[in-house]
Amino acid sequence: MRIGTFLRPALTLLLLALVLRPVWFTPLFAPFASAGGPVIYERASLLSLSISHLGLVAAASAAATLVAVTLAILVTRPAGAAFLPLSRTITNMGQTFPPVAVLALAVPALGFGAGPTLVALFLYGLLPIFENAIVALSTLPPATMEAARGIGLNRWQQLVRVELPLALPVTLTGIRLSVVIALGTATLGSTVAARTLGEVIIAGLLTNNTAFVLQGGLIVGLFAVLIYDALVQLETRLVRRTGG
Amino acid sequence: MIEIDKITRLYNGVPAVDAVTMTIETGTVTVIVGTSGSGKTTLLRMINRLEEPSSGEVRINGESTLTIKPHILRRRIGYAIQGHGLFPHHTVARNIGAVPELLNWSADKISARVDELLTLFSMEPETFRNRYPGELSGGQQQRVGVARALASRPDLLLMDEPFGALDPVIRTRAQDDLRRIQKQLGSTIILVTHDMEEAIRLADRVAVMDSGQLVQHGTPAEIITRPATEFVADMVGRVERPLRLLSLVPVSELVEEGVAEGEALPVEASLRDALSACLWTGRAAVPVEQDGVLVGRVTFEAIRARARARAHP
Repeated sequence: MRIGTFLRPALTLLLLALVLRPVWFTPLFAPFASAGGPVIYERASLLSLSISHLGLVAAASAAATLVAVTLAILVTRPAGAAFLPLSRTITNMGQTFPPVAVLALAVPALGFGAGPTLVALFLYGLLPIFENAIVALSTLPPATMEAARGIGLNRWQQLVRVELPLALPVTLTGIRLSVVIALGTATLGSTVAARTLGEVIIAGLLTNNTAFVLQGGLIVGLFAVLIYDALVQLETRLVRRTGG
Repeated sequence: MIEIDKITRLYNGVPAVDAVTMTIETGTVTVIVGTSGSGKTTLLRMINRLEEPSSGEVRINGESTLTIKPHILRRRIGYAIQGHGLFPHHTVARNIGAVPELLNWSADKISARVDELLTLFSMEPETFRNRYPGELSGGQQQRVGVARALASRPDLLLMDEPFGALDPVIRTRAQDDLRRIQKQLGSTIILVTHDMEEAIRLADRVAVMDSGQLVQHGTPAEIITRPATEFVADMVGRVERPLRLLSLVPVSELVEEGVAEGEALPVEASLRDALSACLWTGRAAVPVEQDGVLVGRVTFEAIRARARARAHP
């Protein structure tokens, strides 16, 4: 934690500089650039690529959270228990499909651009959230649930006032895993013309320019580390409040 | 008045509770005692319909509980359980105010009620109102659990082994508190336990369950002196029998003129306490005091005579 208090602002500043003032890093990346080629990616603003990248991840993760948590709620009700194996199979399939294959299959249906990427990220993000939400909802403290029923909460009130708040920290762990996976996977979206930071990396790979690859990779990596860290802190705070 | 009328609960055709009939007077404490698997908890849970009876019904003040929606019924019946079951993400105040909130009390009325209950349970409202259950000791959590059950002034309070998770010292205090508060509020309580000692301490009426059947329902003294079956006699315990009986009689009933040596007992102490004091210090009599003033003594002989008279009335 103490190392975090120093490292966190340092990494945030580094990330901001990489996105907003890429030229500052010219001396650093120059040795990796191809002979005579450009050192800094300038075909698009890194800021707009970052925003679009994060936007895709946020949209896909939000949709995956909504669907996975809703499914988890349904299959942990007595009436939905029969669907638990089926829904597990579906979300597992989402995970076993390689994102590249999803992209390839989705392009004919959805065309080039953000569409196929969103679908791939959404499918890929379902499983961790679903599994964690199921664990969280099926391991609630039995005495608390008995009391919730016993003092006269109806089904809906039990869910909203007791089950979901208590399941939140563990569910959030699943969301965190899913978001971090999506942050990395989103770079593949640029192979089908989605605007993501993958564009920088792919441009580097195509022109044998390691400087571009490093630049794109560093930015994506830093986003992943910092967002992961922020979500961990949020979880710790929630656990401190609800655990006991 | 609570009337339990031929209530039965079958699990796969086997009765867990078998045609139990019992009437409970308003303002009394009824303790249901039995071994595990005797059906005592199932019987309790059928009263607020956490379990649905297979046949039979429960009437509260003449009204069948089957005519009310279960969650509405439960808001009228207090419920406290072993391990308290507090909501860990809500403050003490929100936990206690949970049922009044469901009943749409105003915020002012709820917070006044919360403070009143915390005070009743000797917990300073200023200090405890905004704490989370995880920040309380086991005894405090249990008190908050009972306070939550009492919050809406329910017609009836159901308690399922409420003191089961407490250590013996705190348990005795919690039992004394419950008795005091019950007298003060005049609540009707039905409590389930496997501990005959607890039953005799708390009950106006003891109901003994065995294999799903109500085998005896009577005052603690009746249960001890005239057990209906071998099982009841075993639950009471043959060795503890005379001591349990003496524990029901306050010293005040046997106080006589005279003096005695040694430390005095308060008049509210039981004859069992007096007997214990006699045996431990080898005295033939113990002085008795009321509010710090000596009022007489109780003799070993008198205790012995009383025990014999009560055992063979």
